[in-house]
Amino acid sequence: MTTPTSLLRSSVTPPGYRRDPAARLRPINWNRVSDEKDLEVWNRLTANFWLPEKVPLSNDLPAWRGLSAPERTLTMRVFTGLTMLDTVQATVGEICQIQDARTEHEEAVYTNIAFMQSVHARSYSSVFSTLTSTPEIDDAYRWAVGNDLLQRRCKAVLQHYCGDDPLKRKVSSTLLSSLLLYAGFYLPLHFSVHATLTNTADMIRLILRDKAVHGYYSGYKYQRGLEAHGPERQEHMREFTFALLEQLYELELEYSGELYEPLGLMDDVSAFVRYNANKALMNLGYPARFATEETAVRPEILAALSPGADENHDFFSGSGSSYVIGTAVDTSDEDWDF
Amino acid sequence: MQTDNRSRPIPVRELSSGESADLVFFSSVSENTRRFVEKLARPAVRIPLRPRPEGMIRVSRPYVLVVPTYGGGARSGAVPKQVIAFLNDPVNRALLRGVITAGNTNFGEHYCLAGPVISAKCRVPELYRFELLGTPHDVARVDEGLSLFWAEPPSTPAHS
Repeated sequence: MTTPTSLLRSSVTPPGYRRDPAARLRPINWNRVSDEKDLEVWNRLTANFWLPEKVPLSNDLPAWRGLSAPERTLTMRVFTGLTMLDTVQATVGEICQIQDARTEHEEAVYTNIAFMQSVHARSYSSVFSTLTSTPEIDDAYRWAVGNDLLQRRCKAVLQHYCGDDPLKRKVSSTLLSSLLLYAGFYLPLHFSVHATLTNTADMIRLILRDKAVHGYYSGYKYQRGLEAHGPERQEHMREFTFALLEQLYELELEYSGELYEPLGLMDDVSAFVRYNANKALMNLGYPARFATEETAVRPEILAALSPGADENHDFFSGSGSSYVIGTAVDTSDEDWDF
Repeated sequence: MQTDNRSRPIPVRELSSGESADLVFFSSVSENTRRFVEKLARPAVRIPLRPRPEGMIRVSRPYVLVVPTYGGGARSGAVPKQVIAFLNDPVNRALLRGVITAGNTNFGEHYCLAGPVISAKCRVPELYRFELLGTPHDVARVDEGLSLFWAEPPSTPAHS
């Protein structure tokens, strides 16, 4: 059920005030939803809500003390870098998309996502305050402000957030959520493979779950916006997307190379970045940029990300050993109502 | 939304053996799963997005189902409600031979959760999992796999 056209024509939602201060204002009406995706994503987001206070991070203290000094510095810097990106996204990236919304419910969804990005940014501070000292935290922040590559990475996206093209904002936001963060997420997954900082890794998994929905939603709205344009504009946006992807990918290799190379992890980190770059493109409706061989992340990292992402689920390959009738899952009547 | 007619049965549209295909899929308005299925270049039937006005389909030949996983990591609602409505029809359920699922590994242990849920409920094998639109590698694996699967179909499973 959609809002009557007469009401839509004679009023604007509050962000429209900027364009026309004389227009009548209309409150959001969740009982008339024109794009069912808005409600579906809103419900997913609220069902996934969490706070860092619920994660028993202090149980990671013994593991933290067992890390070497370079590993601790790497962790601090990686997490400060993630905090930077989530701050960009919470205070600019999501908010700037409100003005471009195609429906009033889309406006509300970005307020939800922006808040969650702030929760993510705050969650790294929870890790720091639990595991480290104020001088170490201050050092990490000084490093972030002083690091040119980290700054360039953020500004490469911010320039489009502050530009005048709504579709470029969507592409930039999707690439940040589905590409830039992942070199950072690699480290806690790597530690969890070695049974280290496992509670921190659990917290990162909650963040990953949210990021999947955020990237999916911006990518979906991008495609809805794009289909309203002719082939010339569509081709321009395709070229823009792949060029920005290359730019961010190159910056990512440089930035993460400095961090991870001393520990010999960069080969696998870059595969993980390429794997997620492909997913970013798919969220935007484009084909993968990197071949399967280039995205082959170490199986144990993939298993730390998702225990079901292995070859056992390729029945066609003949290794479908995980399929056993009747023991696969404990379904309940609530999710299946024959 | 309170005034709709949920109590009335959903109308059924029976597909003849010519219309029915050995691939049935569901895709939301995001069209991700549709794009994967299109790349397979095989005849396929789509489960309607809005079964009430469009009518729920009833298939007439064995098929493999391709579905996305919903729900953002929660078990309830992992299977799209249109797919549940489709499989609630005993005729459709009896002809199901396997399930292929789309998902996102970011959902961790709930990655492609619709696959194991349908597999366990309908006692058919979970054939393959892929992410989002699928890569060319996924398309090749599934295309090749489906050809082998239909060349040598497994014995018909018992249905309740």
